[in-house]
Formats: sequence, C-alpha cells, structure tokens
Amino acid sequence: MSPEQKARLIDAAVETIRSNADQLTELDRAIGDGDHGLNMKRGFEAIAEERDALAELPWPQAFQKAGMALVMKVGGASGPLYGSLLMQMGKAAPEAFGSLDEVIAAFTAGIEAVMKRGKSTTGEKTMLDVLVPVNEALKAAQANGGNGPAALAAARQAADEGLAATNPMQATKGRASFLGERSIGHDDPGATSSRLLIHAVCDVLETSA
Amino acid sequence: MSEHVAIVIVSHSADVAKGTADMVRQMVGDEVRLAWTGGDPDGGLGTDVAKIKDAIESVVGEPGVAMLVDLGGAETNSEMAIEQLDDGLQDKVRICNAPIVEGAVMAATEASGGGSLEEVCATAEELSG
Repeated sequence: MSPEQKARLIDAAVETIRSNADQLTELDRAIGDGDHGLNMKRGFEAIAEERDALAELPWPQAFQKAGMALVMKVGGASGPLYGSLLMQMGKAAPEAFGSLDEVIAAFTAGIEAVMKRGKSTTGEKTMLDVLVPVNEALKAAQANGGNGPAALAAARQAADEGLAATNPMQATKGRASFLGERSIGHDDPGATSSRLLIHAVCDVLETSA
Repeated sequence: MSEHVAIVIVSHSADVAKGTADMVRQMVGDEVRLAWTGGDPDGGLGTDVAKIKDAIESVVGEPGVAMLVDLGGAETNSEMAIEQLDDGLQDKVRICNAPIVEGAVMAATEASGGGSLEEVCATAEELSG
C-alpha cells in the first residue's frame, strides 16, 4: 500500500469520527458519561496532525505511533482500548500486508489486546461486539477462498449486525454497567465507533483494491 | 526516597483528586508522599496518561506506590501509565481496588504506619468487601 493510500485510510478514519462525534456523544450520554465523541475526536485529531508522517511509515510503526497518539490524547477508557488495538496490531503486522491471512493475524492480536486491557469479552455491550464478529467474518471469507470485495462486504455486514446486537444487551462492563437493565435498548457507543471505523476502512480498501 | 509507601490519586475530576489529597494530608500530614492528578489532556473531565505517569514518578520510591482511582477510564489509563514506566519501576506500583476517597485515606494511614505495598493495598481493599 502506497503512502497515498495510507493517507486516504487515515483521512477516512478521521473524517468518520469527526462527522459522527456528536452522535457518539449522544449515545454515550444515554448510557455512559457522555464524552465518547469528544474523546474520540480529540484522539483522531491527534492522528490527523501526524497524517503525513504516519502515511510514510511501514505498518508496524504506523500502527504503534497512531495507537500511542490515541493513548496519550483521548483521556477516557477508549484511548487505551483503541490504542492497545492499534499498538498490538503494529506488533503483529508485517512491513506490508501481502495477504488476508496477515491482516487477520494482526487484527486478532489487536482484539486480544483490547480484551486484556478492558478485561472484557463479547456479549458485554462493548466495541468487542463489533470487532470480534468482523474478524470472524474475515476468517470465514478467507476459509471460503473469498476475494477482497467479498471479504470487505462480509466485514461491513458483520459490523452492522454486531452493533445492532449490542442494542438489546445489558452492559456488564464500563460506566453503562452501572445502569443495569436500563442499559438495554441503546446502541453501545464504543461498538458504534468501531462500526464507523470498520466501514471507513472498508470503503477506502474497496476503492483502492 | 521516602521510607513509606507513596499514594497516587487519579480521578476524572481534578477537584475530586485534589479534595481527596487534602483529606489524606489532614490524616497523615507529610509523612507519606502523595501525588494527585485529574482531568483529560484538555482540562475537561477525564484522565491523562502522561500526567498519571508524571504523578507516579514524582513520588515513587523503594517501598512502592499505591494508586487509588475512580471510574473505568482512570483505571485503564493508570494501567497504561504504569506500563510506560521504566522496567524496574513497574512492579513497584499497584492499583488498589477500593473506593477512591475512603481507599486513599485508609491506604495512606496504613502507609504512614510503615505498611508494605501489599498491606497498604489490602487495607484499602477491605473497604470494597
């Protein structure tokens, strides 16, 4: 992937967080502390500031640098969570991705870091309820010998379904868990931002494949 | 370096962190090294990994540091800050699973009596039943 393509990925991720920050904050106001949009925006603005430098870096360094920006700038739990995702993906990523297998390996490592950092797993109304199904969809696409577009379509669909599945869940992690049953009937803000980012990445990959 | 376990207080709110520190000071005076931090990198409600790391480094000594934190992000960001410390320091810092105000006062009291890091955290953690 060329630096230009990497820059487009960064731009797409930043833009989706910017333009949906208010929605993320609204969702978080309902079942959290109402700062998810603001925090994510601060983190991704920090990434935007380093856009050109990040785009020139090989994947391991690019992921680690972007992850560290989120850790240092976000100010809420989503910083270490998204930061750990990217930093661990960086540790597992090759200099350049040559196959879907390598993408899945890096994504899997990132997801495991989120689970460890958040002491969480699927079914607890968190970002993992989007990330894990997306990864499973990629694995299924890979096993079926699916091509790039098929894998991207599967990833998008899994993200949509994963987010929708958080709505009826009762939160057992994070601030939303304080609400008990009252957390039921709301989309999870972290799952929502994860879905936005998955879509943004898929959109860019589709047009640059 | 202090001969007592030091205390670090991390809240989403700088006011809560400072107020908690004031209550600790009233209890143990200057016997225990104490640092506090609160607020996100822009000064709003939240926590800041860099400031947490600075707070730990400002008080850490041989006996270690007991941390009292409030809600989720304060814990996650504190864990992140600990991981960014030099290798030799990481094992000297523990996050106590206790309510921030009561935990800080109890921990500091135990620390001022010369308790080990394990004893200090255990004393604070008795509060969470």
